[in-house]
Amino acid sequence: MVTSFFVNSMIYIETIIKRWFYIYKKKGLSISMIYNMDFETMPREALEAIQLRRLQETLSRVYATVPFYQEKFKESGIVPKDIRSLEDLKHVPFTTKQDLRDNYPFGMFAVPMENVVRIHASSGTTGRPTVVGYTARDIETWSRLMARSLCAAGAGPGDIIHNAYGYGLFTGGLGVHYGAERLGASVIPISGGNTKRQVIIMQDFGPTLITCTPSYALHLVEVATEMGVNFKELKFKAGIFGAEPWSENMRQEIEEKLNLKAMDIYGLSEVIGPGVSIECVEAQNGLHIFEDHFIPEIINPETGEVLPLGETGELVFTSITKEAFPVIRYRTRDITSLNPDPCICGRTHVRMNRVTGRSDDMLIIRGVNVFPSQIESVLMEMDNIEPHYQLVVDRVNNLDMLTVLVEVGQQVFSDEIKVLQTLEKSITKNIKETIGVSTKVKLVEPKTIARSEGKAQRVIDNRKI
Amino acid sequence: MLVKQLSIFLENKVGRLREVTQLLKESNVNIRTLTVSDTSDFGILRIIVDDCEKAERALKDQGYTFNKTDVLAVEIKDEPGGLNAVLEIIDRNGLNIEYLYAFVLSRQGMAVNIFRFDNLEEAIKVLTQNNIKVVRGEELYQL
Repeated sequence: MVTSFFVNSMIYIETIIKRWFYIYKKKGLSISMIYNMDFETMPREALEAIQLRRLQETLSRVYATVPFYQEKFKESGIVPKDIRSLEDLKHVPFTTKQDLRDNYPFGMFAVPMENVVRIHASSGTTGRPTVVGYTARDIETWSRLMARSLCAAGAGPGDIIHNAYGYGLFTGGLGVHYGAERLGASVIPISGGNTKRQVIIMQDFGPTLITCTPSYALHLVEVATEMGVNFKELKFKAGIFGAEPWSENMRQEIEEKLNLKAMDIYGLSEVIGPGVSIECVEAQNGLHIFEDHFIPEIINPETGEVLPLGETGELVFTSITKEAFPVIRYRTRDITSLNPDPCICGRTHVRMNRVTGRSDDMLIIRGVNVFPSQIESVLMEMDNIEPHYQLVVDRVNNLDMLTVLVEVGQQVFSDEIKVLQTLEKSITKNIKETIGVSTKVKLVEPKTIARSEGKAQRVIDNRKI
Repeated sequence: MLVKQLSIFLENKVGRLREVTQLLKESNVNIRTLTVSDTSDFGILRIIVDDCEKAERALKDQGYTFNKTDVLAVEIKDEPGGLNAVLEIIDRNGLNIEYLYAFVLSRQGMAVNIFRFDNLEEAIKVLTQNNIKVVRGEELYQL
């Protein structure tokens, strides 16, 4: 098939480029940290031509092999042939999380089980988890995308990566792991938990990069401090944090406390896992989406209308190289916007801005839309407030009440009641001014807010609706 | 001159205060006097103990948020008007009191009150000039 020859020769050329990059780096010539120069800096016209070809191939394949997609297309009265340009993608129906759940476990796989070499599942906090599968080539694609991601954060052969994302059905741990090996870096597959031991390993093995959730990073610092270990004495130069939304202010906090450059990584198991997009260390301003593998769109979550570049809405992905589990116009429920501005790193792939929250993360407090990340932003901006907080929502006398629990750390504690009360009031005031909602602030003892090893549970919603 | 006082942040939950007293008991620390200030959500427990360092270590180990503050132990005549006289001198000299509370024991017709002043140096000067006795920490802990 012409397509597979093309793909194979691309893989070959990529290997050559990678070797050349490695040799030049070893010789000390400084060259931009881009894993796949050819694709990551490809001019837009060439990139879009490749996207269209891959999209058409994917649509034909899923139409032929996945009954769910065939039915969906028939319902909308379209066939793959109808898609003749990237613009036409908007005529294709969406796929939602519910569709995946309805086809649990393997209903949407596009290949026979004999070709599936890996199965992962998402955490499924509400309802059934969603199951995804990978062929050998999918694993290879994923590894290369993760290698690109690690590279964008400044990693290369010789770097030691402390991988504290959970290993198992969750795609985080193994995603980073295979990427690191592909890149040629040395990975420590430490996974989550056993934090004291992690701190000892950081001292003994001297990793130069760390990968984990942002909330776990802060927990690591806490434990390290208790053990008398200062991150300034460790060898970290960068960290890649993701799997949950985190604010720009949280980034400053992490960079300061961990003494490294903190990059955001984005992904979801339905699309491939981590490795859908990554922040480059050069700009640290938006995450480059690997457009040669995933076509992003921003839609109005209510109407489904595709929004122009720069506008904020729900992020939708179409995978164009995945074999076992392709997704067509998958609604991520994540809210963000796309930034097409040229980036100083040289990559031509579009950037997505920080995800401010999910459309289902959002709280509605007395009619006002509130994202936990907005409150986080306010708290992180204030001096001396510990980054451990929680939001509790209650309904009292038919009115929504939002209480922000903030831990009283050593920095903020005062002997005088009035100082603490002033603190409570200023937090309330700052939140009201920024978000427009009145909250109650409750100061709590340190360590009373549960620390997470994975995604932090920021919100406790007691309203029974 | 100065007396060391420990102030500990406590949430308004049942049993919180007892956790602290249990901890002090286990560390064999004796509380000389205490006071609790409260708001609807939290309280600040202020204590003066016989062995401040031991108490600090125990609190730190258990992860309590606490401060060590310098306060003054002022001797006051144990009779009607005793405190009034002292406060008159303090007001006349423009000193600001953050808070005060009584010390548990008195001796030889003299009571002791613990004062937290905004400006410690100034307070010590004014009190000594007016012949008001300030009890030294070391003496107080063993009272």
